[in-house]
Amino acid sequence: MSEKPKFAMYWAASCGGCEISVLNIGEKILDVDAHFEPVFWPVAVDSKYKDVEAMEDGSILLTLWNGGIRNQENEHIAHLLRRKSKILVAFGSCATEGCVPGLANLYPVEEIFSTAYHTVSTDNPQGIHPQPVVQVPEGTLTIPAMNPVLKTLAQVVDVDYFMPGCPPEPHQIAAVIDLVIAVLEGKAQLPPKGAVIGAGNSTVCDECPRARNVKHITAFKRIQDVAPLDPTLCILEQGVPCNGPATRSGCNARCPRVGAQCIGCYGPAEGVLDYGARLITAFASVVDAKEPEEIEAILDGIPDPVGQFYRFNLADSLLRAGVPAWKKNGH
Amino acid sequence: MSEKKPKIGVYVCHCGSNIAGMVDVEAVRDWAQAALGQDGVVVSRDYKFMCSSLGQELIEKDIQELGLERVVVAACSPHLHEKTFRTASERAGLNPYLTELVSIREQVSWVHTDKQVATEKSKALVSGAVHRVAYNTELQPLKVPINPNTLVVGGGIAGIQAALEIANAGFHVYLVEREPSIGGHMAQFDKTFPTLDCSACILTPRMVEAGTHPNITLLTWSEVISVSGYVGNFNVTIKKKARYVNEELCTGCGICVEKCPQKVIDDVYEAGLGYRKVIYTPFAQAVPKYPVLDRPNCTFFKNGKCKACEKFCPTNAIDFTQEDQYLNVEVGNIILATGYDLFDARRVTNYGYGRLPNVFTSLEFERMSNAAGPTGGEITLRDGKTKPETVGIIHCVGSRDKNFNNYCSSICCMQSLKFAHLVKERTGATVYEFYIDMRTPMKAYDEFYQRVLEEGTLFVRGKVAEVTNATHGPHEKGKLIIQVEDTLVGKQRRIPVDMVILSVGMEPRHDAKQVGQMFGISCSSDGWYIERHPKLDPVTTMTEGILIAGCASGPKDIPASVAQGAAAAARVLDKILQKEVELEPIRATVDESKCSGCRICNNLCPFNAISFLDDVGVTRINPALCQGCGTCVAACPAGAISGTGFSNEQIFAQIEGLLMGV
Ligand SMILES: Cc1cc2nc3c(=O)[nH]c(=O)nc-3n(C[C@H](O)[C@H](O)[C@H](O)COP(=O)(O)OP(=O)(O)OC[C@H]3O[C@@H](n4cnc5c(N)ncnc54)[C@H](O)[C@@H]3O)c2cc1C
Ligand code: SF4
Ligand code: SF4
Ligand code: SF4
Ligand code: SF4
Repeated sequence: MSEKPKFAMYWAASCGGCEISVLNIGEKILDVDAHFEPVFWPVAVDSKYKDVEAMEDGSILLTLWNGGIRNQENEHIAHLLRRKSKILVAFGSCATEGCVPGLANLYPVEEIFSTAYHTVSTDNPQGIHPQPVVQVPEGTLTIPAMNPVLKTLAQVVDVDYFMPGCPPEPHQIAAVIDLVIAVLEGKAQLPPKGAVIGAGNSTVCDECPRARNVKHITAFKRIQDVAPLDPTLCILEQGVPCNGPATRSGCNARCPRVGAQCIGCYGPAEGVLDYGARLITAFASVVDAKEPEEIEAILDGIPDPVGQFYRFNLADSLLRAGVPAWKKNGH
Repeated sequence: MSEKKPKIGVYVCHCGSNIAGMVDVEAVRDWAQAALGQDGVVVSRDYKFMCSSLGQELIEKDIQELGLERVVVAACSPHLHEKTFRTASERAGLNPYLTELVSIREQVSWVHTDKQVATEKSKALVSGAVHRVAYNTELQPLKVPINPNTLVVGGGIAGIQAALEIANAGFHVYLVEREPSIGGHMAQFDKTFPTLDCSACILTPRMVEAGTHPNITLLTWSEVISVSGYVGNFNVTIKKKARYVNEELCTGCGICVEKCPQKVIDDVYEAGLGYRKVIYTPFAQAVPKYPVLDRPNCTFFKNGKCKACEKFCPTNAIDFTQEDQYLNVEVGNIILATGYDLFDARRVTNYGYGRLPNVFTSLEFERMSNAAGPTGGEITLRDGKTKPETVGIIHCVGSRDKNFNNYCSSICCMQSLKFAHLVKERTGATVYEFYIDMRTPMKAYDEFYQRVLEEGTLFVRGKVAEVTNATHGPHEKGKLIIQVEDTLVGKQRRIPVDMVILSVGMEPRHDAKQVGQMFGISCSSDGWYIERHPKLDPVTTMTEGILIAGCASGPKDIPASVAQGAAAAARVLDKILQKEVELEPIRATVDESKCSGCRICNNLCPFNAISFLDDVGVTRINPALCQGCGTCVAACPAGAISGTGFSNEQIFAQIEGLLMGV
């Protein structure tokens, strides 16, 4: 048997759900095994960084990267895997747009540490506060230093494809695997570099079966306060801020189908540079009120605007400082 | 931008000293050449007046000789000269939409006081435009055919004038008037300032001409209820309210009116000062001559008995079964000449209108002084007999007043002078005019003021504080007291009079906003329709094909209303004769593969260009209706709508350019 193409998957600043989602593809995982040789996959395969370093550049055919770039280690491995991989895929919301870990970009690193280690909810009698470099009797210990902000993978290295979702839906992962196998067999072509794969071209509403009308929102409500939710009518029209209109399709409208509003995990639609800004204008456009006080009162129905509009996209939004965002979005 | 840069020419205008006085034009020119060379600028020039033919030739020559592919002109506002420079580029063979105008006059020299700052800002703006223009694409104007019919809404003097001009040029006009007769406010007056010609004598021939013109379909007692379509191709539904009189049979003999036993106060034409029958024509010279039956007040409709009108009508024209009719017409252009309402004098409670009987409004006085009016032209107190010995006329009631309307109603000074003259002429009474400032600027107006001064009218400069019947002492007994600070003398005065006339201001029609929305045009904060440009384009609006004339866009006298009616007609004729309109290609389009049918955008378009296709579940934009305002482009959360001329690349490049030096 000729040598199988090499496969890697890595987990940076993320929750681990993406890894579970890959395992969730069921029997398809056997196809992966049949066609690829996993050379580096810390969750599933025992291999070391030094093994990767020893590989020839470009020798890994496909690397699925999940997680944002939060610390020096993430950044180092990102550069390493970029060098070693032919195709680098930003896999999942954290890698493509920062996701929930990216919300920490609202706070300086010191504040994150003091919240994590020194607030009442933390049991830390010795007052431990991690330092990147510590002297112990045995010598000097180092742990990776935190970067000032979390970056998406594309903000750090060149990325070939983007696969959104928190986590990506198993059927979409399976479809991508099928595609790559078809390419290997010469039966299909890779999409153009920079493309979003494993997702639709429209937004969640496109896949949502709920009936919708011209929208007139007179109040935003929390879903638990609308009882009962009309099972056939657009959730947004019922006053519950559903992010479906702005969120890329691909999930088959999983949440709205079961009576929960879309929270936006599939990220912005094709060509949209700032998810939250889009959604804010969209919601603002259908608020049905004239007087400033009335409008204010309706908008007060969204108590956590960052969470509502940027839960997944803050790190990738135009709001971040530094490099012009539109130049580095990558997709 | 890594691709090959297009060749860009930059032209910086001095505008005489308008720009050069505050911006170092040469420095901007040199900077553009030096710093923006890497962004494609191959030539940068300045010129005293870029918009002059010599200035334009500079651009044309460079396009041809240097092969420029983009042009940036830093001069005045695009409102003024964008077209000029785009046309110049087009003459030289460059698609006009590859030329951008940067406003360094309105946005820079006119608003800054520090030359260095102004110069830096000009550089930034030029840089923004240079970066942006690289992404401009060639665009072709949209052409749509024009329906040669025109709708005129409102049959006051402005609407009549517009209708006649177009009809006389040989094109068809639908003239829609909501009252039973055309004529508008002018039909209510006795004399018109400053010449004092009889209003009816000059107006009625026009009314008759409009009523009989073969090219005019006159629809009175009618209202437009819906409008769809776009310039050149509007579809309009008109409701013709039931008159209960068959127009084919009625000869206008007036017997029904005479025989109708039921009288009501005429709040419209007689301003509440007189009565009319339930079946009525508002005035003798009404056009058309057919009466209207006022259903809510009719005895027959109320309790099933009477029908006197029907009994006596010699031609059996009365038809109690008539119903409202709905007509559909197609027109290419629409002129709104809906005029004005009068300010409600009751709102200034301290002047006592409605409470003190001998306080009158200007319109009541017009009717009173009219020989055909309720008093037969006699000027009397409310009792209908007593002649006043002293009359006070108060200017600016509801106008130039922060509590009511800030603007000047422009005709009240002259109309008050007209009243003073008429009172003197007919009663010999002593007349006081209470004014804040006298405003008599038009032709022969000030001469009329001099004349009224010479006639002995007394002028008191000051804003009246109060009109009261609380009198002090015997000399004030039975009088109305006008309490005023005479600002020329510098003291408070109490002036006893028999009659007070309030020169109430003009206000936008109470329904101007709804009517405007139906036609897709907007009102200013005061409520008047907004013209495309207050000086250079006073009769068109931001919606192509919808024009405005007369007092619909703000207070005016008759000559100005007539001039606007004619001007609007000329603009319409110009369109009709071109047979096609060119629409700006700055339009929004929906990428249907991206549209999710979320319907967020469906209700947003101020021009009704957006429709939702239920069967396929996507949204579509009618390119002829879309005015490229961008509202929906911003709102579409799916990024499915894009606006030509405002792509993400263009906008971000412009921002990047602007911030380059920062
Ligand atoms: C008391 C007074 C005295 C004046 N005296 C003089 C004077 O002596 N000399 C002078 O030059 N100017 C005078 N003016 C000003 C003069 O009245 C106006 O300049 C002139 O009437 C404006 O004409 P117009 O056609 O714009 O509006 P209007 O005369 O108001 O006519 C508008 C017409 O449109 C109709 N209309 C409104 N809405 C609709 C609708 N939605 N659908 C269908 N029809 C509609 C109305 O019924 C009306 O017939 C005077 C004004 C006042 C208040
Ligand atoms: S429920 Fe949400 S996803 Fe479904 S149509 Fe409404 S807004 Fe779109
Ligand atoms: S039927 Fe009505 S309109 Fe006719 S005469 Fe009687 S009250 Fe007047
Ligand atoms: S850009 Fe959109 S909202 Fe604006 S006119 Fe066009 S269709 Fe209407
Ligand atoms: S807002 Fe965008 S996605 Fe939604 S219906 Fe309109 S065009 Fe379609």
